[in-house]
Amino acid sequence: MALDLQAVSRMDKGQVILHPTSLTLEQGTMNVLLGPTSAGKTSLMRLMAGLDAPTTGRLVWNGQDVTGMRVQDRRVAMVYQQFINYPGMTVYDNIASPLRLLGKSTDQIDRAVRATAEMLKLTPMLARRPLELSGGQQQRCALARALVKEAGLVLLDEPLANLDYKLREELRAEIPRIFAQSGAIFVYATTEPEEALLLGGNTATLWEGRVTQFGATPDVYRNPTDAITARVFSDPPMNFVDCVKQGDRMTLGQGVTIPATGRFARLADGRYQAGFRANHLHLNRKTGDSVQFACTLGASEITGSETFLHLHHGTDRWTGLVHGVQDLPIGGQVGIWLDPAQVYLFDAAGQLAAPRAATGAGV
Amino acid sequence: MARITLSNLAHSYYPNPKSEADFALKEMDHVWDDGGAYALLGASGCGKTTLLNIISGLVHPSQGRVLFGDRDVTGAPTAERNIAQVFQFPVVYDTMTVRENLAFPLRNRGMDAAYIQSRVAQIAAMIGMEATLDRKARGLTADAKQKISLGRGMVRQDVNAILFDEPLTVIDPHMKWELRTQLKLLHREFGHTMIYVTHDQTEALTFADKVVVLHDGRVVQMGTPQELFETPEHTFVGYFIGSPGMNLLDATIHGNMAQTAAGPVALAAHYAPQNGRTQIGIRPEYAEMTAGIGLPARVLRIEDVGRHRIIRAEVAGSQISVIAGEGQPVGADLTHVRFDPARVNVYANDWRIKGAV
Amino acid sequence: MDKTQNNRAWFLVLPVLVLVAFSAVVPLMTVVNYAFNDTFGQNRFFWNGLGWFQDMLASERVHGALGRQVLFSAIILTIEVPLGIFVALNMPKNGFWSSFCLVLMALPLLIPFNVVGTIWQIFGRVDIGLLGHSLAALGIDYNYTNDALDAWLTIIVMDVWHWTSLVALLCYAGLQSIPQAYYQAARIDQASRWSIFRYIELPKMAGVLLIAVLLRFMDSFMIYTEPFVLTGGGPGNSTTFLSIDLVKMAVGQFDLGPAAAFSLMYFLVILLVSWVFYTVMTTLDRQEGK
Repeated sequence: MALDLQAVSRMDKGQVILHPTSLTLEQGTMNVLLGPTSAGKTSLMRLMAGLDAPTTGRLVWNGQDVTGMRVQDRRVAMVYQQFINYPGMTVYDNIASPLRLLGKSTDQIDRAVRATAEMLKLTPMLARRPLELSGGQQQRCALARALVKEAGLVLLDEPLANLDYKLREELRAEIPRIFAQSGAIFVYATTEPEEALLLGGNTATLWEGRVTQFGATPDVYRNPTDAITARVFSDPPMNFVDCVKQGDRMTLGQGVTIPATGRFARLADGRYQAGFRANHLHLNRKTGDSVQFACTLGASEITGSETFLHLHHGTDRWTGLVHGVQDLPIGGQVGIWLDPAQVYLFDAAGQLAAPRAATGAGV
Repeated sequence: MARITLSNLAHSYYPNPKSEADFALKEMDHVWDDGGAYALLGASGCGKTTLLNIISGLVHPSQGRVLFGDRDVTGAPTAERNIAQVFQFPVVYDTMTVRENLAFPLRNRGMDAAYIQSRVAQIAAMIGMEATLDRKARGLTADAKQKISLGRGMVRQDVNAILFDEPLTVIDPHMKWELRTQLKLLHREFGHTMIYVTHDQTEALTFADKVVVLHDGRVVQMGTPQELFETPEHTFVGYFIGSPGMNLLDATIHGNMAQTAAGPVALAAHYAPQNGRTQIGIRPEYAEMTAGIGLPARVLRIEDVGRHRIIRAEVAGSQISVIAGEGQPVGADLTHVRFDPARVNVYANDWRIKGAV
Repeated sequence: MDKTQNNRAWFLVLPVLVLVAFSAVVPLMTVVNYAFNDTFGQNRFFWNGLGWFQDMLASERVHGALGRQVLFSAIILTIEVPLGIFVALNMPKNGFWSSFCLVLMALPLLIPFNVVGTIWQIFGRVDIGLLGHSLAALGIDYNYTNDALDAWLTIIVMDVWHWTSLVALLCYAGLQSIPQAYYQAARIDQASRWSIFRYIELPKMAGVLLIAVLLRFMDSFMIYTEPFVLTGGGPGNSTTFLSIDLVKMAVGQFDLGPAAAFSLMYFLVILLVSWVFYTVMTTLDRQEGK
């Protein structure tokens, strides 16, 4: 039981919107589509829903070819960034509307509506109209409408983007819980890496109309197979620096050398790109293997418990996330420490050449 | 540039407000320093937009005065206040080129051509749009348009203040980093007074020297990011700042000991006996799961957010969050939670009380 | 957009196709038939080729009517479009007075064409009409039945009265869609009233303005009922516009062949000019977008 995308692609007006993509989404899984605006997330969802027909390829759902099937005949539900509800109906009628269309009995409808409302904490608002609700409640109502009809495929297109930060945090925690109760295939598009991590499940990273990697969310985060995936799945953005391997030594950026041992030993000599995340940069030497980079501080931002450092190393721009409130002079020199164990190495084509050394993080 | 004084200011959208509840903005007295970077932070409907509109001159306050420097501008229209504003959605003149857009506020004020030319070039370099200066604004992407809006806000050197109304809403996460850094640099370079309205704590904390937290029309705390994080004056600030927010546990306070339903928690200071509801607040960053020290806690689930993990646990019926480092193992032996006494805050009826050290 | 294929949809369109065939294509073919044939009655036709078309192209009478028609449409557009924009800009944006204005503006649009003609025919009469009588009392020599200029002025004022509201209402809708933030930004930028119009309001109105210009051109170019009721095409032929001339030719003189050829050319001219308007305005729009 799964939704199987077999080399589906989409062209529009001679332009490639989506390159041939093959994905298998298993029954009862949460699947996150992560990528920047116009990376192809919405296009991919529209293909899954049947709102657009793929230019090439097939969609197979539970063994049945659904490529040409109308959206009305598929069991799909969709929730958008905008809060889409029927403004003239009460919340109760809004939630009941998909079931009425399916011709369910009043009894069945009533039971399903009340159960779904309870799950989404909408029970006290059932008699109100959507516009009398807060943004978060309106989006809950839209979610309830999508869930109540027990669709086999629920598509959520950046459903929390228009909500306040704190509300987003709350709903984000609730969605996996709701989802666990439903058993449908969930597909959730977002631009935020942190959201993908909180939702868990599987993640497909998208970049310019291509799925760059698909796998268990923490696994894609920790073991990206190419530089683009690493870039898409990092917030703050991943830092990169040129790296040259020559014999048993590797030179990073402005003349910082590390021994090419362990996972680096088997690499061919030549140019590479080293990538590392902001939270792996430190102001002091955390491990014996750490090396120091001379950087200029471009700007710093304090979040209360942590400090973001915007650093210049040669022509490279890095972001560092360090513990505590650090009051460093802007424009001054800072020595930044990095443990080579935290470094990903990508080859000239951007493919992963050497993974980050495992750190006992449970992956 | 100017210091901004809000004197005895309050606003109600009703013509004859009867009770305090009728006020969208409750009475406040504040002085904002010349050249400071301020953020107004709060949830939708907390009054932050009302306050911004009062400063920009769009809304006339029901009571009190607004002063720019020594000048009373309460009754002055927007155009006379000499401010710049960047809106939530990009406001650009579609039929003009990027260059014309940036030059527009200067040209309207009759600046000379050579000055406009050099100033526009400077701003274009700042927002990274030198290459597209002669393109029409219409065909550009939303974030390029928003950069133009930011640039147009910055282009005048003599403004009293620059107001930002959730300017990064339409921007992708990666671009947010870039634009925020640029804003920071612009602030450093030109020293304008900046007021930044947002619901996003990360944006507020990273942008501002001083964050003004609004809740229900009231300023609940104004302070540096560090103050808001370490010593939230109100439980709302504790909840709203930080992700996840501060853990709150009901407790009775006896001197330097707080008695919770799950057991006693040590405090770093002595507190006088309190009336009403008393709670202790502790940030998830300052809590730690242990194998036997502290309050008994049951781990409910662990969320992996990449650079750290959030442990959701239950302590005597209340849910708390604990942050654990990326490499730190979370095993079945972790049955208790320990709080750093120096980081525990005490609240009575939602307001923080100070203890004697 | 190639949506999911569904061929059944075509069956639903079939009745419409049949209806359109009967209502538009069949009568049009009759006209085409008359345009290329000659007849002496009894339903007997002779092939005449392009004869009628050549006659019509050479006809002084058609040239005159065409000239008057072009002049009339040009005047109508030059007056109604700017006036409509001006009215829209000055209408209240919200509240009671905005609804009041909208209703007031919509009123002329609701009056049937021949009633409009009748109203102005009586309104302008020197003996009993308010307008004609007042002008005469002021010592102005006004008589639309005798004087060609007076007839033209009356028709133009009548058309402006009847149709400016349409332009104004369309523009008003365009203006309403501009977010408040734009006006506020302009105030902060110290933009002049003219700059606000030129750089904010006009670009946002461009789309509806195109529709307004097209509608007003087509309507004014095909104008028939109102001048026919008011002046009957006179005095002389001074207000005989294309459609009036066409009806005279077809119904008055029963010259069905020339009239059919004439009407086909008339139709082509309207199509051509509308296309030119559309292309020019959208290209201008696109160039601005570059």
